[in-house]
Amino acid sequence: MSGGVDSSAVAALLRAEGHTIVGLTMQLWNQRRLAGHAGMPESVQGRCCSIDDVYDARRVAEKINIPYYVVNHEARFERDVVKPFVSEYLAGRTPIPCSLCNNFLKFDEFLVMARQIGAEKIATGHYARVSYSEESGRWLLQRPVDRAKDQTYFLFGLTQEQLSRTLFPLGGMTKAEVREIARQHGLASAEKPESQEICFVPGGDYKRFIEAYLEEQGEALPDSSGELVATDGATLGEHAGVHNFTVGQRKGLGIATGSPLYVIQINPADHKVVLGKDEELFSKTLRARELNWISVEDVREPMRVSVKIRHRHEPAMAWIQKSCDDEVTGTFDEPQRAITPGQAAVFYDGEIVVGGGWIV
Amino acid sequence: MRRIYFDNNATTPMLPEVRAAMEPYFAEHFGNASSIHHHGQETRFAVEKARDSLAKLLGCRASEIVFTSGGTEGDNLGIFGVVQAGDHVITSTIEHHAVLFSCQRLQEIGVAVSYIPVNGQGLVDPEDVKRALRPNTKLISVMMANNETGVLQPLEEIGKIAAEADVYFHTDAVQAAGKVPIEVNRIGCDLLSISGHKMHAPQGVGATYVKKGTQLQPMLYGGRHERQRRAGTENVAGIVGLGKAAEIALHAFERGDDLKMATMRDQLQIALLSAAEASGVNGAAAPRVPNTANIYFDSIEGEALVIALDLKGLAVSTGAACSSGATEPSHVLTTMGLSPERARASIRFSLGKQNTEEEIDFAICAVPQTVARLRDLSPLWKKKLLATSC
Repeated sequence: MSGGVDSSAVAALLRAEGHTIVGLTMQLWNQRRLAGHAGMPESVQGRCCSIDDVYDARRVAEKINIPYYVVNHEARFERDVVKPFVSEYLAGRTPIPCSLCNNFLKFDEFLVMARQIGAEKIATGHYARVSYSEESGRWLLQRPVDRAKDQTYFLFGLTQEQLSRTLFPLGGMTKAEVREIARQHGLASAEKPESQEICFVPGGDYKRFIEAYLEEQGEALPDSSGELVATDGATLGEHAGVHNFTVGQRKGLGIATGSPLYVIQINPADHKVVLGKDEELFSKTLRARELNWISVEDVREPMRVSVKIRHRHEPAMAWIQKSCDDEVTGTFDEPQRAITPGQAAVFYDGEIVVGGGWIV
Repeated sequence: MRRIYFDNNATTPMLPEVRAAMEPYFAEHFGNASSIHHHGQETRFAVEKARDSLAKLLGCRASEIVFTSGGTEGDNLGIFGVVQAGDHVITSTIEHHAVLFSCQRLQEIGVAVSYIPVNGQGLVDPEDVKRALRPNTKLISVMMANNETGVLQPLEEIGKIAAEADVYFHTDAVQAAGKVPIEVNRIGCDLLSISGHKMHAPQGVGATYVKKGTQLQPMLYGGRHERQRRAGTENVAGIVGLGKAAEIALHAFERGDDLKMATMRDQLQIALLSAAEASGVNGAAAPRVPNTANIYFDSIEGEALVIALDLKGLAVSTGAACSSGATEPSHVLTTMGLSPERARASIRFSLGKQNTEEEIDFAICAVPQTVARLRDLSPLWKKKLLATSC
């Protein structure tokens, strides 16, 4: 229970259905930790794990009369989410901490703890659907009714075991319906605004976060400064570090030219950042690694799927094919804009998540 | 659900006699103990009677007792009340945060602080304290009983060292008061702080012994209360409750209740250790207060065990309640040399006067079962089993 409307509504719904439930809030990050480091504000009003959010979750638990605990997973969160987040940016990629948090925290360490305290399943406020297919003998992950809220992109890493122990009660509802349920149960979180930004990065300024975190760790920001180059190799200027860029970025490039320029490619080896025109961002192929399959055991033959390459991307039709043991090559029917290393490629068969991997 | 409370080092339920003694002082006898008139005289009398009881409990003069809001205030008073910039202070690494954080604050204002480590049993070596003395040492603050392990520190020896060096000696006796007899003259301390709610009196009241002649700078200003050592209208009902709890504690020692409690605690300890493999008592070989058993069950997450047991109706804790939600494993256990994993796998059972044999039996039944379930699902335990089977 994050203290937000979704997980609050889940708790109220399950309680009303007569389940025996226990409310848990994960303490993942101390929002005050980096206060004062590298220009971070002294008082940080973070989105998650703040005292206010825990207070809201506790209020909901009291209101619906369920046992409630705050459990601390800060150590694992730092190791498996925050550190990779920082190192991915430093390596010129654009990470998705939410997927790592799902894979290593919510549906791993947290699920284990929930089972240890006696729970059979965990229920979360994710917008997704999970079901068991008698036909294939596999647990399936499906897109939710409310397409605008679809969170399946962040859940592609779930294993069969994890899915078998998970409930997503909001998968069949719209956000408006969820708010209405929260209102009906008199939950204070009913009108809480959406959280969009990365929970541990205050104000969404990830560059400042990286600098503050490294400073706190007593590590110097590695020098990844280098050249800004055109697609033909011509030098356009200098940059201060590859972590300042993400593929498709237009603003903050530090050079002025006649026509708008975009980041086409980041080269971690020689620190070169390649700039080009919008049309040069488009590509028909991608490669993805560290694969996880959900609706199928494996993909041995070329498979027709739709592929989502970032959270706000309309899945596009493609063929996927294993290029080696743990790598898939995807070939789109139409070129896609800004296929970004570090993001996930999630494969869909209509509503159903086939699997996914990390774009390299 | 039946609820059993084994977290008496966090707080204790008020005893019915304590509550009864306090009752008239909420509405009936409401006077300000500093007032001249009848109403004030009534409550003044009650406050001074309680002061006598505290003096008896600690073996000091009534005039040496200062009532406070509790252990944290007492510790702060005992430290900030005698130390100034330029001084040196000696304390231990296992102190409660009321002392540790106060010492950190001292360092920020120009006081040097030496932190004495403990041995594997959680004991401070008085020789280490002696070696840490400096010409400008002003204060030694070492706790009497540790809140997490219950280990009793060698205070009398430290008291002698303090006296020889002519250094003030403060002790946080919050976890000792009511559990073991306390005599300030034997300890040789100048300052000693206790808290009401750890000994079946209410929360929000405490007392600090301030030896006659101690140059104490008050922390609160506003009136001539408590012989100008602590301003503020007296919390009469709370003080009456603390006085009553002190009387009860003294009688209990005369009856030998502390020995009975130690027997119950030992019973629990032995049963748990024999029912759960890879477990042990932290500080087992050291003298301990009779109510505390800090036990590790390797390869479990203490936090999960606390929640699982709470859902079964048994309240225990992973350590200091004030540290709940902290990531770092207990500073007390790690400084004793426990690995972070073992420190996180440790659970504190702390008994109170209200606990019964039957409740001990429940714990002896419920805890090993729950530990076994946790281990079945623990990746750490599986790894350990694999390692031992090859």
